[in-house]
Amino acid sequence: MKQPGETRITSERPVAQAFGAMPTGRPGDVAVFPYLVYIEFLAALLFSIVLLVWSLTVDAPLLQEANPGVTENPAKAPWYFVGLQELLVYFDPWIAGVMIPTLIIVGLMAIPYLDTSTNAVGRYTIRERRLVISHFGFGFALWWILIFIGQFLRGPNWHIYWPWQDWSMVKSAEATLWDFPWWVGLPALIAYFGGPLFLAQKRWPWLLERLGMTRYVGAVTLALLFYGVPIKMLLRLLFNVKYVLVTQWFNV
Amino acid sequence: MANSRTDKLRRGALEWITASQLYRSIFRHGYDDTVRNRALEVTSNAFLHLHPITIPHHAIKVRFTYCLGGLTFFMFLVETVTGVLLMFYYRPVTEYAYADMKTLQYAVYFGMVLRNLHRWGAHLMVVLVMLHMLRVFLTGSYRPPREFNWVLGVNLLVLTLLLSFTGYLLPWDQLAFWAVTVGTNMAAATPFFGAEGPFHGLLGVDGTNDARFLLLGDVRVGGSALLRFYVLHCVALPLVAGVLMVVHFWRVRKDGGISRPL
Repeated sequence: MKQPGETRITSERPVAQAFGAMPTGRPGDVAVFPYLVYIEFLAALLFSIVLLVWSLTVDAPLLQEANPGVTENPAKAPWYFVGLQELLVYFDPWIAGVMIPTLIIVGLMAIPYLDTSTNAVGRYTIRERRLVISHFGFGFALWWILIFIGQFLRGPNWHIYWPWQDWSMVKSAEATLWDFPWWVGLPALIAYFGGPLFLAQKRWPWLLERLGMTRYVGAVTLALLFYGVPIKMLLRLLFNVKYVLVTQWFNV
Repeated sequence: MANSRTDKLRRGALEWITASQLYRSIFRHGYDDTVRNRALEVTSNAFLHLHPITIPHHAIKVRFTYCLGGLTFFMFLVETVTGVLLMFYYRPVTEYAYADMKTLQYAVYFGMVLRNLHRWGAHLMVVLVMLHMLRVFLTGSYRPPREFNWVLGVNLLVLTLLLSFTGYLLPWDQLAFWAVTVGTNMAAATPFFGAEGPFHGLLGVDGTNDARFLLLGDVRVGGSALLRFYVLHCVALPLVAGVLMVVHFWRVRKDGGISRPL
């Protein structure tokens, strides 16, 4: 029970003041109980209501019993993996389904070891970190765009169907694709991955100096691998290129 | 007070409760709204002691965290509770799995709502964990000294996706079967270790000993895959995720608390 005239801590009145010598309180800090706990409680309550209303109004899908003899067309992965499935249009399965997810995970984990600045922490610092955030934001957006295309715009045989188009409509086969000959593809790949490393020594020594060799090579390699994905997509979409490099063991 | 007698009665009852041995054995702090009690409410409560006693003012602003990490954890709890309840009605064998889904839908009180809560909660959890990652990135909170907690977080993101993916097969309908067929076919494309991947011949890998076989326990999605996905979904992955979550939350505190501007 709150007694009249009793001392209260409010978010306006810093708890540290009231705590006096309490070692945990820094100036401007507030008590977790109740100020944080009630926000957590309200957030959980709000999401409980949203989830319950959603669950009462929309039923989870259940199709016919699994039948290995009847292939679904299109057979789509769960929505969060549909972006990777969409990449199968542009890459062979070992790249789209194995290398790219692995590199996404490794790349994400590497971020704090490549970007080791301790500035601009603990607040939204979009202006101060335009470069870093634009790369990350591009990747994040690409992930969702690919999911959107795969989930909502792909129909039978993985052809593009606009939402207003009937899936029974037959789509014509795609344009004839062509590959780079190896004497174009191989030098192109070497130049793409080797170029920036070479350029750093000649043109941007300060960048190399700031990051150090290991970090620079790691960051540049991951960035080149990452931007290789949209570049390959554009090559395919604009110029009908299927493979940049064809070998007897694998194709890129 | 308009009715001082009721008020007096109420206060008397409260005092009687909070002074009782039972109450005091559960709550190791007083009931009055004092600074000391506020501290003890956090430190003497098993569920709340995850928190510090005080927190920077900016950190309780909803527009700083949007509660995304906490809500992801809340969804994990929702999934755990609804998942345990679903386990009472579900048998992970191809003969019964689909029939059990139908039973749940038509014969179990609130069975469909239970399944909906589990499924939509899973969707929410995947979205929330991705947004949480975006928030942590935009606030620079992955930067030293919080590097390793970011790594743990990436692992938890992957685990969330794997939990969701393994659960996707369990209804044993066409949607589940073909989605998991598509997904696990990717394992067969793994270089060296997949039957259809580059260089698989070097290690003598074929369809019966490759990465996909490890996942499915067979060359195609069937009874073994259903059982494996069930065990992974209900036991193995939640255990791993639970351990990682413990470390993840603990490290938030140990790496300097919630990120704050210098």
